[in-house]
Amino acid sequence: VTVRVVPPASERSAPFWDATRARRLVQRRCRDCGAWAQFAIGLCPRCRSADFEWQPVSGRGVVHTFTVVRAAAPSLEWAARTPYVVALVELEEGPRLMTNIVGSDPETVAVGAAVRVGWEPLENGRAYPVFELVP
Amino acid sequence: VSRRDVAIVGVADLASPTGAIDRAAEDAELNVARAALADAGLAVTDVDGVLTAGTAAGGLNAPLLLAERLGIRPRFIDGTRLGGASPEVHVEHAAAAIAAGLCEIALISYAETPRSDARRGVGRSLSANLGPEHEEWERPSGVALPIGGYAMAARRHCACFGTTPEQLAAIAVSTRAWAAGNPSARARDPITVDDVLASGLVADPLHRLDCCLVTDGAGAVVMTSTARAAALPCRPVRVLGAASAATHVTASRMPDFTTTAAVDTGRRALAAAGVSPADVDVLETYDSFTITVLLALEDLGFCPKGEGGRFAASGALGPGGALPTNTSGGGLSYTHPGMFGIFLLVEAVRQLRGDAGERQVAGAEVAVAHGVGGVLGSFGTVVLGGAR
Repeated sequence: VTVRVVPPASERSAPFWDATRARRLVQRRCRDCGAWAQFAIGLCPRCRSADFEWQPVSGRGVVHTFTVVRAAAPSLEWAARTPYVVALVELEEGPRLMTNIVGSDPETVAVGAAVRVGWEPLENGRAYPVFELVP
Repeated sequence: VSRRDVAIVGVADLASPTGAIDRAAEDAELNVARAALADAGLAVTDVDGVLTAGTAAGGLNAPLLLAERLGIRPRFIDGTRLGGASPEVHVEHAAAAIAAGLCEIALISYAETPRSDARRGVGRSLSANLGPEHEEWERPSGVALPIGGYAMAARRHCACFGTTPEQLAAIAVSTRAWAAGNPSARARDPITVDDVLASGLVADPLHRLDCCLVTDGAGAVVMTSTARAAALPCRPVRVLGAASAATHVTASRMPDFTTTAAVDTGRRALAAAGVSPADVDVLETYDSFTITVLLALEDLGFCPKGEGGRFAASGALGPGGALPTNTSGGGLSYTHPGMFGIFLLVEAVRQLRGDAGERQVAGAEVAVAHGVGGVLGSFGTVVLGGAR
């Protein structure tokens, strides 16, 4: 039973979600200075340009920090998933993604642990990027 | 005219040991506004500046509605919203406005009744205010804000500096010890570190007792120039320094999970006041979670970066300690309606006036009120003193 609520793709985020159909992880990269940018919103963090293109990233990264959500009010959409690991994964290229670490005991997740992207199918062929520990 | 020529001249708050107050938030706000003005020796019709952020879950038109309900026509209106730090930032703005002649009598107020609202079946969503960044890129992970973000800050602090859950728990313990001296506090029974650790993990490494309460509450602060204050039957507390800063509202964009912009606000506010951390007699600092306090202790300069856990576990924060902290019982044990910032100011003023009853810190002359908003993203630091 999936209890993950993912909003429909917006004008901004459509390229990201389209790439997930082919299980490809993409991030925005500044056309002017080459810096990588987080999400689909905001100016280039280095040169403040507004000119970006979406490019594939390696899908490898490390756990910058994480928590294990153990309890949640029943009214929240994620309550049925507890306990689960929420992590801020720092990709090799730099951008950080708020995501989940799946496929291992939550007690084995650690700050600095190496992770790689995996895919959780969503409706309409899209997929949500989750991460798993690299053995 | 410098900020030193502006004072807090009236304060009031409203909270109950039951956690509920028997009136609507709008009425509670008018109640504390009138009480704070009476404390200052002023009338409602003297107010010509209003500052309020509304509630944690909303705030459209908040200062306009406040003025309308008071029946006044203000010439300075400020609805700046920085979450729980809003009232500290309002003090900075009001001080500047008074110094610049934009208004003479400023009222800062806040009221929210989440406990009663839940009983009435009125829901509220905090995350809805965060923007599409959160909705699209964070919420699907189930990050469970605000606690998830604070838990991630705590986890990284533990990993980088060896901070332990026991050290975080010590903050809840010392805060509860202060609450014993506050008859309005929701939770007054003493607790131990073991009690905190046994209270159940909500989001690692934060336990239930590492988290603030959810209660009804209201508070108000009145400010004016020291010149005007001298003509009032009040006991003014000077605004010696104030500073604000913001780094992010979306948790994923927090630049550094172990250091906050309180480094900047603390340095600027203390410099404006001409005092050092060692001169501070009382610290009232936002305690949405125990980690919120720990980071403030380090970033405001009360202990070196990474030492916050050991500092808290030493007993420095509790009654009789070197740095009396959150003497009202804080958001952890006194009250926490959604944005605790106003209560930090009210308690700081009471301590400096010598009005804090059995929790009074003897000889308190300088106090810091430090507000923290969002997920460690927005900050207001106020240095108060000169009451006697």
